[in-house]
Amino acid sequence: MSNAVSALQGVSSAGFATVTEAGLRGMITLRGDHNAASLRQAVTDIVGVDMPEVRRCTRAGERAAAWMSPDELLIMVPYADAPDVVARLSAALEGMHGLAVNMSDARAVFMVEGTAEGSAREVLAKLAPVDMSRAAFTQGMFRRTRLAQAAVAFGAVGDDAFELICFRSEAQYVFDLLSMSAKSGSQVGVF
Amino acid sequence: MLILECPYCGIHAEETELHAGGQAHIKRETVGADDAAFEAYLFTRANPRGVHLERWRHVNGCGKWFHAARSTTTLEVFGTYPAQTLTPPDDIRAAITAKHPDWSFEGWQGAT
Repeated sequence: MSNAVSALQGVSSAGFATVTEAGLRGMITLRGDHNAASLRQAVTDIVGVDMPEVRRCTRAGERAAAWMSPDELLIMVPYADAPDVVARLSAALEGMHGLAVNMSDARAVFMVEGTAEGSAREVLAKLAPVDMSRAAFTQGMFRRTRLAQAAVAFGAVGDDAFELICFRSEAQYVFDLLSMSAKSGSQVGVF
Repeated sequence: MLILECPYCGIHAEETELHAGGQAHIKRETVGADDAAFEAYLFTRANPRGVHLERWRHVNGCGKWFHAARSTTTLEVFGTYPAQTLTPPDDIRAAITAKHPDWSFEGWQGAT
């Protein structure tokens, strides 16, 4: 079997916040009625996390479920587990209008973490039309938006740490945006 | 800047996160329609100054289409509502007529 590599192979940059490509991540698009008992059961039993509320992401270790739209969830698991989880989710969705697809190789994941010098919130606030204040964007929140010209989704994994997902083909563009935004000396100091 | 609340994800999305989709509540004329009705469906749009009901898509977000009621002269937003409806809901109509007592959905559809 071919040796899978992530888009930018773990590249990182240090500024007032650090930007790191997180490497391979198993990502599964799960579409279906969020209120259907079989879908909710599949998320809790097979993925092992709680069903996320609107615009939130639930996590348990390396596994997570993020709310993407009224009929879509993003399931995150270790890369090697994705095919097996897809097979089990597909079996659980048997008979209902739903879909589980392995999207792992179509995406790139970045971590943006603040340092003593500045906040990761500021890196994102410069690029996305989102209120990044601590009061508005709390831990556990997850949001799809745009980062300059690229469609992305990001969530707060800590007080000043964010996980950002984009299309693999836009990974270099997004990395350049984030590292430019995090350049030392360019912090505004709002957060 | 135009800010609309997406009725699906509850985000107060600003304009760059959205995509405009033109007039809302257009009835599709299809097989069996005469030429005049089909032409009106394709080309004739309500275009008065003031209150408009529009389709918007939360394109850099949940990706869903929704409807918005707003005034093109004052830029006031009267509300947004899901796209799975043929006519504007009562609370949207009430919000509009509170400011524009003469406005009616039927009158707006025929306005040019």
